[in-house]
Amino acid sequence: MNFLDYTLEELHDKLIKKEVTAVELAEASFKRIEETDSEVGAFLALNKEKALEAAKEADEKGIDENNVLSGLPVGIKDNILTKGLTTTAASKILEDFIPVYDATATEKLEQAGMITIGKLNMDEFAMGGSTENSAFKKTRNPWNLNKVPGGSSGGSAAAVAAGQVPVSLGSDTGGSVREPAAFTGLVGIKPTYGRVSRYGLIAFGSSLDQIGPFTRTVKDNALVLNAISGHDPKDSTSYNGETPDFTEGINKGVKGLRIGVPREYFNEDAKEQGVIESVREAIKLYEKMGAEIVEVSLPHSRFGIPAYYIIASSEASSNLQRFDGIRYGYRAENVESLEDIYVKSRSEGFGLEVKRRIMLGTFSLSSGFYDAHFKKAAQARTLIRKDFDTVFADVDVLVAPTTTTTAYDIGEKINDPLAMYMSDILTVPVNLAGVPSISIPCGFSNDMPVGLQIIGNHFEEQMIYRVAQAFEKETEFSSQKPSFKGGK
Amino acid sequence: MAINEETVKEVAKLAKLEIEEEDIHAFTKEMDSIIEMVEQLEGLDTEGVEGTYHGLSSHNVWREDKAEKGTDKELLFKNVKTRKNGFIEVPAMFDNGGSEA
Amino acid sequence: MNLEPVIGLEVHVELKTDSKMFSPSPAHFGAEPNTNTNVIDWGHPGVLPVVNKTAIEYGMRAALALNCKIANHTKFDRKNYFYPDNPKAYQISQFDQPIGYDGWIEIEVNGETKKIRIERVHLEEDAGKNTHGEDGASYVDLNRQGTPLIEIVSEADMRSPEEAHAYLETIKQLIQFTKVSDVKMQEGSMRCDANISLRPYGQEEFGTKAEIKNLNSFSYVKKGLEFEINRQEKALIAGGALQQETRRYDEATGGTLLMRTKEGSSDYRYFPEPDIPNLIISDEWINDVRTSLPEMPKERQERYVKEYSLPEYDAVVLTATVEMSDFFQETVAHDADPKQASNWLMGEVSAYLNSEQVDLHDTNLTPKALADMINLIADGTISSKIAKKVFRELITNGSDDVKALVEEKGWVQLSDPSKLLPIITETLDKNEQSIEDYKNGKDRAMGFLVGQVMKQTRGQANPGMVNKLLKEELDKR
Ligand SMILES: [Mg+2]
Ligand SMILES: [Zn+2]
Repeated sequence: MNFLDYTLEELHDKLIKKEVTAVELAEASFKRIEETDSEVGAFLALNKEKALEAAKEADEKGIDENNVLSGLPVGIKDNILTKGLTTTAASKILEDFIPVYDATATEKLEQAGMITIGKLNMDEFAMGGSTENSAFKKTRNPWNLNKVPGGSSGGSAAAVAAGQVPVSLGSDTGGSVREPAAFTGLVGIKPTYGRVSRYGLIAFGSSLDQIGPFTRTVKDNALVLNAISGHDPKDSTSYNGETPDFTEGINKGVKGLRIGVPREYFNEDAKEQGVIESVREAIKLYEKMGAEIVEVSLPHSRFGIPAYYIIASSEASSNLQRFDGIRYGYRAENVESLEDIYVKSRSEGFGLEVKRRIMLGTFSLSSGFYDAHFKKAAQARTLIRKDFDTVFADVDVLVAPTTTTTAYDIGEKINDPLAMYMSDILTVPVNLAGVPSISIPCGFSNDMPVGLQIIGNHFEEQMIYRVAQAFEKETEFSSQKPSFKGGK
Repeated sequence: MAINEETVKEVAKLAKLEIEEEDIHAFTKEMDSIIEMVEQLEGLDTEGVEGTYHGLSSHNVWREDKAEKGTDKELLFKNVKTRKNGFIEVPAMFDNGGSEA
Repeated sequence: MNLEPVIGLEVHVELKTDSKMFSPSPAHFGAEPNTNTNVIDWGHPGVLPVVNKTAIEYGMRAALALNCKIANHTKFDRKNYFYPDNPKAYQISQFDQPIGYDGWIEIEVNGETKKIRIERVHLEEDAGKNTHGEDGASYVDLNRQGTPLIEIVSEADMRSPEEAHAYLETIKQLIQFTKVSDVKMQEGSMRCDANISLRPYGQEEFGTKAEIKNLNSFSYVKKGLEFEINRQEKALIAGGALQQETRRYDEATGGTLLMRTKEGSSDYRYFPEPDIPNLIISDEWINDVRTSLPEMPKERQERYVKEYSLPEYDAVVLTATVEMSDFFQETVAHDADPKQASNWLMGEVSAYLNSEQVDLHDTNLTPKALADMINLIADGTISSKIAKKVFRELITNGSDDVKALVEEKGWVQLSDPSKLLPIITETLDKNEQSIEDYKNGKDRAMGFLVGQVMKQTRGQANPGMVNKLLKEELDKR
């Protein structure tokens, strides 16, 4: 049993036909993890006992024919709360934290019958683009173990790419699903802000965060998004409108669609030409399939990085204040005063990158700097948002590279925070605007996968999936597997 | 320099973080380059532009006033390091005051 | 140097909602520590706030009662600071767009009316409660965390501790009439901080202010301000410069103690709460709340004078608290004579409440019982003397049926001539001498005879009726 060989629908079919049981699928997942995770390093915690119990229950109850996800294993990023199962956000400050409630997304997957296999590594509090900022371990890219899997949802990406689980959940604040999806040859979506409830997602940048699934195929992805979407009365920022079936019309093709190509996203003298070339090829294919290609401009794109880092860090500086060593989480030893509990617990509990962001955010909100930093960034955000509104009045989707390079070497950027920040340049404007965007595999450069980013207007995930599906059907990229144990 | 060591120390104090004396110089330099980067925004004309502070433009989201039972106290205390008689125990506050609601 | 105090007050009032401001846990008092709390109140990772609509409406009600304008566009902000009773390390409050602004109230000091302006009324969540132990530890109870609050910020329009006191009394009275809060300082549902500075008379700009916290009763407000005026005056006269500082009222000494100076104050880093969408309050909603606003004390006073012909003094006393005023209105609604109802409430009832140190709702007296009693006096069923006994019974034990009660207790007045006449005849027959004395114009004889009849009826005879019948019978003899 190898998850890399089947789509979710095929696995579902096997369950219905009783060719395999949910228990066998869960066991296969744990076996694969046992075989591969010492090298990949995707998991922080396993839910073995409860998962097998739930799988057994699913088998006994009988697999729901109308529910394609029932009985299938799933991995969850470690910043999404799982009741009773340690959730650390890959931070020492939450080392032993056991959630007393489930995130809405977790709850919805369990309602759909999915079996939670374990918790996936990430950059601490989702801050980073390589998963090297985890307090606990490094995750490696199954396509090349010397390379990063991307981040911050690197564990979620690596686990699916290594065939440990067929699906995982990640979160995307500035590209944290799309970048690792691109680096590991997967499909990963950042839904419209408000599409998926944030209740139980450990907040990083509250106005930017969205949970999104990693899968190997576009349709699989739409199926999982179906399960986790919807209005949640516990999240005031969750969308109150209806949730369509994201697979509906997925095979309509792109004939007659207008596809925008944002000029600013194609830096022709970029370091890695192979990325641009793959994306250009993809655009040609879309044209061949009958789409109309339109060059468009998102003039404020270059302010995306500074605006993003101010807003995300400011919100994070406030969100992460609750980690104070009092009610839960790490508390420094031998502390006498209250001030010491605060300062020592936080200083010992947070990693360097998290501290940098807290410092930047605290500075950007402090009196005297608020107007030039936080307020200015919020204004820049409005302009960036308007750029998208303007182009979406004219085109159905935008296509662009997801990243400027393919996966880089472990250690390459870790001591250069600015270089790390700059690598988010193609993903952060989407979060600032709140629009949905997917990354799908579209080629290889330096033997590593390249991601094609397809950006849609607010709440037009259906259109994104349709455009993505058209490409997937015409190409072989999503069925390629890393040359890694059990791979090709 | 957009930021000096003094400011870094002040900001750290607000954030309840401690930067070791031996790291303060390097940390300040790094923060300085980050702040310089984000200050590229100075070059953007935002005259008369409203700020965007939410991910989704909506308004008037609320719930009806109906109390639900609290979370089981034992569950809440599971992650608490120091407790006494149903209270969370903490070292006494230096000013002996209360919060500033 | 002749110095004038300049005082502004910040008053926090807890709103009487069923659930909390941003979480559905119960906003009730008196539970075991940390039982009326949930993961949201505890600031667990991943939790999110959801606004309580009733709290918004209560905030509007209170703001309107204080003559504020209501903001059409408003929002919530985060106020960031670390404290064990503040689990998220930020308080969700309102910064630059309070729900109410530009209000005013009128206060009366020494018979003079003065207008005090209100800068703003904003909504926020309360913090938990710290208990400070003797053993170097503090204990945190988060039951109060998240209770809806309004903060009422006055302009610095008060010039004496007496004015500050009157302002607080008026705020308390007005909020009470809106029924959005119990406004009890002793229970903490109303709390006050004061800003005070001194300046030479005639000078326009303010002096250096001190903020006084922990003013937990009306008398502490007065004492704290008096102490502070003294302290600042001494310092200024001695030629010293004051520094802006936060001080704490110390109950033990009646003085104020330094908590921190401006330099040590925090930077709250306010920013718009990203987890809560903005609020748009339509004029229609504002008008609905305005029209649903209960009648305020001034309006009630006017009505009492006009409709019930009460003296203005009575109207003012009866509307001092909403409880008394409501009680009065209900008593009248049960067909009691308004002036009689007023007399009883201002007299016996108030005296009882004072001596027992209780509130009306702590007693067993009901408006219906009081009205029935008043009507039983009016129709002669009971005497006003017996009424005091009845009242005592009603306020301590209560009764659903006052008429049955007085009958059962044998307190009904004997007024029936057919029952009184035999007794009178018998009494006259036994007291020939008194009849003679009466005929000879000796007034005392009449008193003696009435007393004899009363004695015969064990005090139940209606004295008026006895008098009347006795006269008639005597004249016949
Ligand atoms: Mg205040
Ligand atoms: Zn306040």
